[in-house]
Amino acid sequence: MSVAKQQNIGWGREEMAKRTALDIPDGSYVNLGIGIPEMVAQYVPEGREVIYHTENGLLGMGPAPAEDEVDPELINAGKKAVTVNPGASFFHHADSFAMIRGQHIDVCVLGAMQVSEQGDLANWSTGEADAIPAVGGAMDLVAGVKTIYVITQHCTKSGEPKLVESCSYPLTGKAVVDRIYTDLAVIDVTADGFMVAELAPGISFDYVQQRTGCKLLPGPQLAEAANH
Amino acid sequence: MIDKHIDSLSDAVADIFDGATVMIGGFGEAGSPIELIHALIDQGAKNLTVVNNNTGSGHVGLAALIENGRVGKMICSYPRTVGSKVFPELYRSGKIELELVPQGTLAERIRAGGAGIPAFYTATSVNTPLAEGKELRNFDGRDYVMEYGLRADFALIKSECADNHGNLTYNKTARNFAPIMAMAAKTTIVQTGSLCEVGSIDPEVIVTPGIFVNRVVEIPHPAQESKLIAEGRSYP
Repeated sequence: MSVAKQQNIGWGREEMAKRTALDIPDGSYVNLGIGIPEMVAQYVPEGREVIYHTENGLLGMGPAPAEDEVDPELINAGKKAVTVNPGASFFHHADSFAMIRGQHIDVCVLGAMQVSEQGDLANWSTGEADAIPAVGGAMDLVAGVKTIYVITQHCTKSGEPKLVESCSYPLTGKAVVDRIYTDLAVIDVTADGFMVAELAPGISFDYVQQRTGCKLLPGPQLAEAANH
Repeated sequence: MIDKHIDSLSDAVADIFDGATVMIGGFGEAGSPIELIHALIDQGAKNLTVVNNNTGSGHVGLAALIENGRVGKMICSYPRTVGSKVFPELYRSGKIELELVPQGTLAERIRAGGAGIPAFYTATSVNTPLAEGKELRNFDGRDYVMEYGLRADFALIKSECADNHGNLTYNKTARNFAPIMAMAAKTTIVQTGSLCEVGSIDPEVIVTPGIFVNRVVEIPHPAQESKLIAEGRSYP
């Protein structure tokens, strides 16, 4: 089932990042994936102290530097120039992944190609024969980080649902995703399946359901919001 | 007397043999020992198995080593970096082998290899294609996959500062895989920005103790990969 995507409705990229940032707790150690997830750092509400980890060996990562202060030996996992915040530390790759695999990182935010209603994530390969497979640290992050948030458009560019009964692409991890932030809704992965916690302004539950590859449950928050 | 300093790049890589496994430090260009890689291209060893997180960019450094037909197999986590054109072409035409390893598993395999640990179990990649054919074991209700420690004949790494005993410090995120690769290789060859007297690096700040290092070459002004690429350079 493919439903044509209407333009300019729901949340934009910044708003998705902003909404996700509300759920980053004060005092947490956080790893942000490449793309929209990186933008989350800009929107963490004031008054919360969050420490960012990048798997190439830096804890306490700061924002991008001014152009004349770029250091090619100070980069993030996306190989972009970054800065260090006060209290930052450098370490080698095995220590960096011990932080991930040893369950020391609290929250990871990453992108998705597909998420299943059991919380399976596919985000590294289409499995096509001529694709160059590349996994990076994604499998380590989903296996080791305590809370996994996914930010993704609700549908592919061609309108296919990315939230599905079961992933057709090769898995990154099984039953690993906790919450999904799309352009249309915030959706929790529960034992009963996908539960909608919040809808983007002007978006109805049915509209989201039509663009989802499996059954959605309305969360208690929706009834509450309707009563306000 | 211990003195690991070697004057020339060509002497430092002279004994790298055909078919050797070579770990090369760096994450993208950060920490890439580009002068040592170019010396290895000049030296001519072929059919190498190379361990690195990526497959190089442009036509210099690791990408040039691959482009010059010296690499039979890559062991890496992310062979698809922006600007990486050499590897994908060879891979699609079946001219180079790829062992794809999750980044944390790659790091831990290298660490384990260097620490004399032949294999270990990890939750990473369980229930994915990268765990197919590997031994699974359940500990406390969770499945783990067995991965082997990884060792190499040589490691080529870059340091910020070294002394003649091979004690090393690094610069920021250029450290990445270098300390563990130094542990996992039979012969570890270092290019360092500055070589200083034994005793002049505070023991509290040494990251790689000299026991893991065999040779040190001083390269005070190393080339910057992204700059070479921007200038359209290729090697040789």
